[in-house]
Amino acid sequence: MMRVILALAVLILGSTGGEIAITYGMKATGEPARLRPRALLQFLGRALRNGWFWVGVPLMAVSFYALLVLLSWEPISLVIPASALSYVVGTLGAKYVLREQISAARWAGVLLVCAGVALVAAG
Amino acid sequence: MATERRLRIKTLVMVLAMVVCANAGDLLLKRGMTQNGAVQLTGAGVAHAFRLTVTNGTIWIGIFFLGGFMVSYMTVLSWADYSYVMPAGAFGYALLTLMAVLFLHESVSPRRWVGVVLICVGVLLVGQTKPRTTEVASEAMA
Repeated sequence: MMRVILALAVLILGSTGGEIAITYGMKATGEPARLRPRALLQFLGRALRNGWFWVGVPLMAVSFYALLVLLSWEPISLVIPASALSYVVGTLGAKYVLREQISAARWAGVLLVCAGVALVAAG
Repeated sequence: MATERRLRIKTLVMVLAMVVCANAGDLLLKRGMTQNGAVQLTGAGVAHAFRLTVTNGTIWIGIFFLGGFMVSYMTVLSWADYSYVMPAGAFGYALLTLMAVLFLHESVSPRRWVGVVLICVGVLLVGQTKPRTTEVASEAMA
């Protein structure tokens, strides 16, 4: 039981931590000047030279590894619904790390999405 | 408020691109791996599966779509909130269920339909909020 909770924590914190690091890097990169192939390629080049992007990628890889380990212990109908908690953890990270303003409507939406994903994944 | 409207529209277009690319990529990978058959977990079996995988056109198209997902994800996060994009992306689960019913004629349990409805209402709620609540950094020169 303990090891399942631990692996779940690594899964959730790894994916949300990785996505937050990538968001941080993308905000530092700035918007592409225009959404044309050439400008997009230059934009991607700048993004890949940002250190935060390369903090995010290994975190997401660790999270994926935790997912594989969890799936070898527990049924998928438990693992995926439990990982829907990452919507709540990610929103907390957005609020306290990225300093985004989470309005009541956004919180309500996130909680509904979290419950909905858990139900869909449970089958 | 023309810029506000423009921001909302381009965010929605990008989120839609993300969802479509992720779903198409996953479905194509699934189809390609099924064409290849189950992987035997021996040295020779894995090597054989690897050869089949890198020569399978369906899998390459799937990888192309997953690359498209990554690019649209990174692009939208360069201007929109993470807490906006992340729940909005869950619309993909609802879309996948609808496609499974329409195209694969799968039967879906009532519990799963309730989940689909909750996701749709949740995404609509998040969609109403401002896509960007942090300060706009000066646009980097291309």
